[in-house]
Amino acid sequence: MTDTQPAAVPSPTPSPERDPQRAPLLKVTDLVRHFPIKGGGVLRRKVGAVRAVDGISFAVHPGETLGVVGESGCGKSTMGRLVTRLDEPTGGTVEFEGRDITHLGAAAMRPLRRDIQIVFQDPYSSLNPRHTVGTIVGAPFKLQKVATEHGVKRAVQDLLELCGLNPEHYNRYPHEFSGGQRQRIGIARALALKPKMIVADEPVSALDVSIQAQVVNLLDDLQRELGLTYLIIAHDLSVVRHVSDRVAVMYLGKIVEVADRDTLYSRPAHPYTTALLSAVPVPDPRRKERRVGAAPGEGGGRILLTGDVPSPINPPSGCRFRTRCWKAQEICAEQEPLLELLSPGQQVACHFPENQQSPENQVTTP
Amino acid sequence: MTTPPIATTAPAPGEPGTTGAASAPGRIEGRSLGRIAWTRFKRDKAAMTGGVVVILLVLLAVLAKPIEAVFGLDPNVPHSDLLDPNLGGLPLGSFGGMSLDHPLGIDPLQGRDLLARLIEGSWVSLLVAFGATVLSNTLGTVLGVVAGYYGGWVDTVISRVMDTFLAFPLLLFAISISATLQGGAFGLHGLPLHIAVLIFVIGFFNWPYMGRIVRGQTLSLREREFVFAARSLGARGPLILFKELLPNLVGPILVYSTLLIPTNILFEAALSFLGVGIQAPQASWGGMMNDAITYYQVDTSYLVIPGLAIFLTVLAFNLLGDGLRDALDPRSN
Ligand SMILES: Nc1ncnc2c1ncn2[C@@H]1O[C@H](COP(=O)(O)OP(=O)(O)OP(=O)(O)O)[C@@H](O)[C@H]1O
Ligand code: SF4
Ligand SMILES: [Mg+2]
Repeated sequence: MTDTQPAAVPSPTPSPERDPQRAPLLKVTDLVRHFPIKGGGVLRRKVGAVRAVDGISFAVHPGETLGVVGESGCGKSTMGRLVTRLDEPTGGTVEFEGRDITHLGAAAMRPLRRDIQIVFQDPYSSLNPRHTVGTIVGAPFKLQKVATEHGVKRAVQDLLELCGLNPEHYNRYPHEFSGGQRQRIGIARALALKPKMIVADEPVSALDVSIQAQVVNLLDDLQRELGLTYLIIAHDLSVVRHVSDRVAVMYLGKIVEVADRDTLYSRPAHPYTTALLSAVPVPDPRRKERRVGAAPGEGGGRILLTGDVPSPINPPSGCRFRTRCWKAQEICAEQEPLLELLSPGQQVACHFPENQQSPENQVTTP
Repeated sequence: MTTPPIATTAPAPGEPGTTGAASAPGRIEGRSLGRIAWTRFKRDKAAMTGGVVVILLVLLAVLAKPIEAVFGLDPNVPHSDLLDPNLGGLPLGSFGGMSLDHPLGIDPLQGRDLLARLIEGSWVSLLVAFGATVLSNTLGTVLGVVAGYYGGWVDTVISRVMDTFLAFPLLLFAISISATLQGGAFGLHGLPLHIAVLIFVIGFFNWPYMGRIVRGQTLSLREREFVFAARSLGARGPLILFKELLPNLVGPILVYSTLLIPTNILFEAALSFLGVGIQAPQASWGGMMNDAITYYQVDTSYLVIPGLAIFLTVLAFNLLGDGLRDALDPRSN
């Protein structure tokens, strides 16, 4: 199974998205999701909107892992629900294997559900407390009417084993498991139908730090074994570093930077990415060297973001990051910077990107 | 891997990651949430007492007729020989004519055995209360879960209907409907008709209380990720409602039902007291209080006996309901 799949990261072509031979598995264009805010009164007229996802575009290629990182409330979960079609986009398109699934109805979506699965953020709410593990992990077979070779029970036990759980725990209830084990149950459920793609919404942020690595490694192993494609959402850059081929950084419903993993961690172009990177703890002493070399922030020191994240109901004009950006100029308030190719494998939405080699692009900060 | 699930007494050898492996025999079984709730419930003395009283009451109600037959009690036989015509038909002897033959005495004017009437009244009162609770809770659960899960205009319509029902002048309706149906309806006459009307009136107009509770619970449940998980597997709406949401609503529904039954017992009593429920000569607790009201200045025991029965029943159900709520609450330990 593994050998039919292309290698996860083709080394000769540094950026998979410009390889014409590889059609993306998932392609998202100008995706928008606004949650209407209804006023009081009987009519409940729309008085505004939470612009949770406000025009994002990206592509994920077969066998690849795209990490999506952003602070709490920037619209990551909403984006995850949109691409898995658990929510209806306000605008834009979602294509899966070249097919437009943006507005497919529930019935038309049903067969596609086998190919794209989701692992949820909160292991305490993602498993029905009234169902046994057997029922939970066996549900995909029943719902999709998939025949199993040796019966559903056997299939479930195989999945539990694959995810590092005791197959004999088939009859237990979720409350008898730890957070990490629950997340493994959630992963087993997502794998049941042998999907092509898995969207993992902050798969480890609810877990103890000591358990996080185990679950991330499990995801990594499963990818290699089963040839999966991942969209992994996280709220800090350290979690996805290990597993991602490319990383997208989100801020207030927008993607501000997408780059190959190594480029992003060594030469972040968006000030927000720089700030996030400077907040990343260095768990592995061997990596420390690279980190120091990368010198996040001009002086290589720690950048503390000041101020609150603005409201997604009324985001700042121009660049959304400008209220917290130390490089902001007048143009930042007037013109919205577009996500543009900066160097091969790196797109950024900033008027004054960081770590630029050519001196004419470098703008001195006041 | 395929250890036969036989209940051997030998502990499972080296079960990796099995927490209770040493104590549990070969078979590994999840401790179900019901079992945990039962363990908690058993520790709660008040709730256990309430539960025992409720069971006894239900037994009394179900076995009312056989009990009357065995002990030779008849709720409708007058004992005019035990009444004092000089006192306007009050029973001879003290305490409302209490004697070994009539431990709770006899009623004035007619001289019917009060213990027999109390036992006879128990099944009528409980049947009406149970029937009305089942009716209102079924309606409330179905409409509440649909409103909460689907939201939007479905929710708006159902919520408005609930408001309308709650604003309905229930008593006026009850009085007029029982007057209209006096002669019989739906092939029912007499007592069965009165019971049916009571169940309908009480049950049909009380469902919005349950509806609101279930709707609120559903609103928060539907945002739980396991609902999204079911949807991401292609589950349809009805399946999510019945397989994913409803099992999580059983606790609140059960608790609210045990708290609603006493309310409905009081309701039955009130309606019968007003003369629109169970009609004489059939005994019911409310009816007994209605009969007693003329005599409460002469002898309060006529009021106290059915009153105490209602009070104890209401108390027992409330204790049971509170205990269930605590036992089923996942936050308590
Ligand atoms: N159903 C909804 N109705 C209204 N607003 C919503 C809804 N879901 C999300 N939002 C809003 O959209 C914004 C983005 O929410 P989202 O859950 O996608 O953030 P997130 O990046 O996943 O955050 P976190 O890291 O906390 O999970 C938030 O401001 C949130 O309040
Ligand atoms: S566009 Fe301006 S405000 Fe926005 S990140 Fe770049 S420099 Fe900062
Ligand atoms: Mg989220």
